Amino acid sequence: MKETTTKPVLDDQRTTIYKVDPEHPESESLPTLRTEELLLNMGPQHPSTHGVLKVILELEGERLVKSTPVMGFLHRGVEKLAEDGTYHQFIPHTDRLDYVCAMYNNFAYCRAVEKLMNITVPERAEYLRTIVAEVQRIIGHQFWLGTQALDIGAMTVFFYAFRDREILLDWFDELCGARLTTSWYRIGGVERDLTPALIQKLRQFLDYFPPKIDEYVVFLEKNRIWVARTKGVAVISAEDALSFGLSGPTLRGSGVDYDLRKYEPYSAYPKCEFSVPVGKNGDTYDRYWIRVQEMYESVKIIQQCLDQMQEGPVMADVPSVTLPPKERVFTNLESMIQQFKLFSQGFDAPPGEIYCGTEAHKGELGFYIVSTGGGKPYRLKIRAPSFIHMGAFDYMSRGYMIADAVTIFGTYDIVMGECDR
Amino acid sequence: MGLIQIGRHEKDGQSDVIVTTLERAVNWARKGSLWPMTFGLACCAIEMIAAVSSRYDMDRYGAGVFRASPRQSDLMIVAGTVCRRMAPVIRKIYDQMPEPKYVIAMGSCATSGNIYDSYSVVQGVDRFVPVDIYVPGCPPTPEALFDGILKLQERIMLKRVFTKQPDQVRMKA
Amino acid sequence: MHVLAERIQQEYPRGFIKAVEWRGDVAVTVTREFLHDIARFVHDDPEIDCDYIVHVSSVDWPDDEERFEVVYEVYSIRKRHRIRLKARVPESDCIVDSLTDLWKGAEFMEREVYDMMGIRFRHHPDLRRILMPDEYTEGYPLRKDFPVQGKGWRDTFEFLNETT
Repeated sequence: MKETTTKPVLDDQRTTIYKVDPEHPESESLPTLRTEELLLNMGPQHPSTHGVLKVILELEGERLVKSTPVMGFLHRGVEKLAEDGTYHQFIPHTDRLDYVCAMYNNFAYCRAVEKLMNITVPERAEYLRTIVAEVQRIIGHQFWLGTQALDIGAMTVFFYAFRDREILLDWFDELCGARLTTSWYRIGGVERDLTPALIQKLRQFLDYFPPKIDEYVVFLEKNRIWVARTKGVAVISAEDALSFGLSGPTLRGSGVDYDLRKYEPYSAYPKCEFSVPVGKNGDTYDRYWIRVQEMYESVKIIQQCLDQMQEGPVMADVPSVTLPPKERVFTNLESMIQQFKLFSQGFDAPPGEIYCGTEAHKGELGFYIVSTGGGKPYRLKIRAPSFIHMGAFDYMSRGYMIADAVTIFGTYDIVMGECDR
Repeated sequence: MGLIQIGRHEKDGQSDVIVTTLERAVNWARKGSLWPMTFGLACCAIEMIAAVSSRYDMDRYGAGVFRASPRQSDLMIVAGTVCRRMAPVIRKIYDQMPEPKYVIAMGSCATSGNIYDSYSVVQGVDRFVPVDIYVPGCPPTPEALFDGILKLQERIMLKRVFTKQPDQVRMKA
Repeated sequence: MHVLAERIQQEYPRGFIKAVEWRGDVAVTVTREFLHDIARFVHDDPEIDCDYIVHVSSVDWPDDEERFEVVYEVYSIRKRHRIRLKARVPESDCIVDSLTDLWKGAEFMEREVYDMMGIRFRHHPDLRRILMPDEYTEGYPLRKDFPVQGKGWRDTFEFLNETT
């Protein structure tokens, strides 16, 4: 006769308890399994390139039940530092917000201060700003495409996108001296004009680039793995997206065509003809498709601006606010004093408050500036799209698999510099 | 005593030919296969990624194998602003790396805090982690990062492996 | 007065304090007791119809008796107009109604306002610090009496003394 034994077990949380079935005492029945939700910590250091973000995932097996993003690992206190310096001194801080496409943050900030000071920017400067802003949009979308593809597993697209991105970074290097954190925009215009060599290089790039976008698309569009991992993932309806405050391609994927370049046109956009791609399903594939189409549209906008641009000044002529040209600063004493005064004391801003939003490539980037007069802003609030998109992350990721968490990060296109400020 | 002496010479502390050759071989192996860890925090991470990409290829220096796990890496490139909230994480990851380990502080924020003299930014990562090489710039171009890695490689070649580290080391002019 | 501000004044004459139109922006100051009702009106009324929340922020006016000002800016996608709602709260009783039931995006933004300025929101689903760590005790950074360089937290590294 077989002896039936029950293994002596410690009745603590981790051990399974063996039970003996009284009707079949000679066989040990299967252990009763205890299942519980798993709390998985993702980050703040993880191979995804989105920066320092920690997400606490509650998993039931492989399904996400709830995700709690924990932010603040890159909180640099930029809004507090803004109150400490003048308006001109804040421009380099804006570069480092969304460091992937830095000039657009400069653009948004300069527009906000120009609205506060009621300055009109000359026409050539508007065209230059639009051209460079759209080049930055291309850079931003290339970076996004490369890293999203890398996260999902399509490494080739990463290398291809970054190869083309390097050409544009060289262009920026020649334009303003920096590849990444450029500060070429100034309050009232831009720092310097484009040289004929730069314009020619840009035209060459515009001929070279659209076939390259086709190349990226060829790798991804018909690829079954890409389609399976992006279609139907992270779906959000238009109403929910609006309620969460999503903007940019994340919102347009759900069918809402809200684009500040069309709704509240600024700069040289009213003079250009371009379309705003809008998705249907609100899933990751639609958002990917929108960003690729936006790259084609950016090429069109730059082409039109280059053709329409006329000669003229590149900085508004308001000596109490705008900076003098750099050549005069180094040779002329009055210009040097003016530059020094504008940077250290600042110009006299009228008391009041404004909000100015700009369509950055991630969404609506806005600056809410409260001024009580004087050279320093009293309160400067940055409306960062990445921060607001993180608010919808939990809602968007419920019910999907853990492998989709990385896809969802990518489709939101979050940059922690902007999210944490 | 004798023509061949194994170990340290008494006169000037220099090791003999067998030990130096072995040391050179070990150091050469270490410097040629630095495995960095993906530790990009902010904007400098983008330049680090660019340094790994096709144009500036970090793999030709042996340092292209980026490992996500600290247990398998020996170089930590702290790229970006170090906030006080992130500091315990950095220290924990540094402690998890096996010896010999090296740290490069890439960018002005990791070196000294840069323009962020605010309530939440640590003014330099060397306040709680020992740093070997500082690479200044905001952000440093990929070529500057390579300069830092090459200097680190030179430094590795000077380290003693089997004998005690001397207090002073003379660099070759 | 701007047509939106007039409508709010008609519906809630007791809650309406003043409206300012400057550089094309409309800002309506309301009492904090009526903030939630006026926000619901702005969200639901078919003529104003603001369904998109732009930002939530706060301003510190230390010399005023009602020290903090909470600012909500909302936009209407269909009607293409925006409006800013502001409410003042005193320091001793800095609680205001949360608007997360109207706009879900307000959740994170209100948490940031709490973290940076110390204003609490009634009926908020999860009111805790977001950008600073939960155990941060030095105060609320964006207040005017808080020094830019902080009160020493950034230079203390107590985790270095832990053995594990």
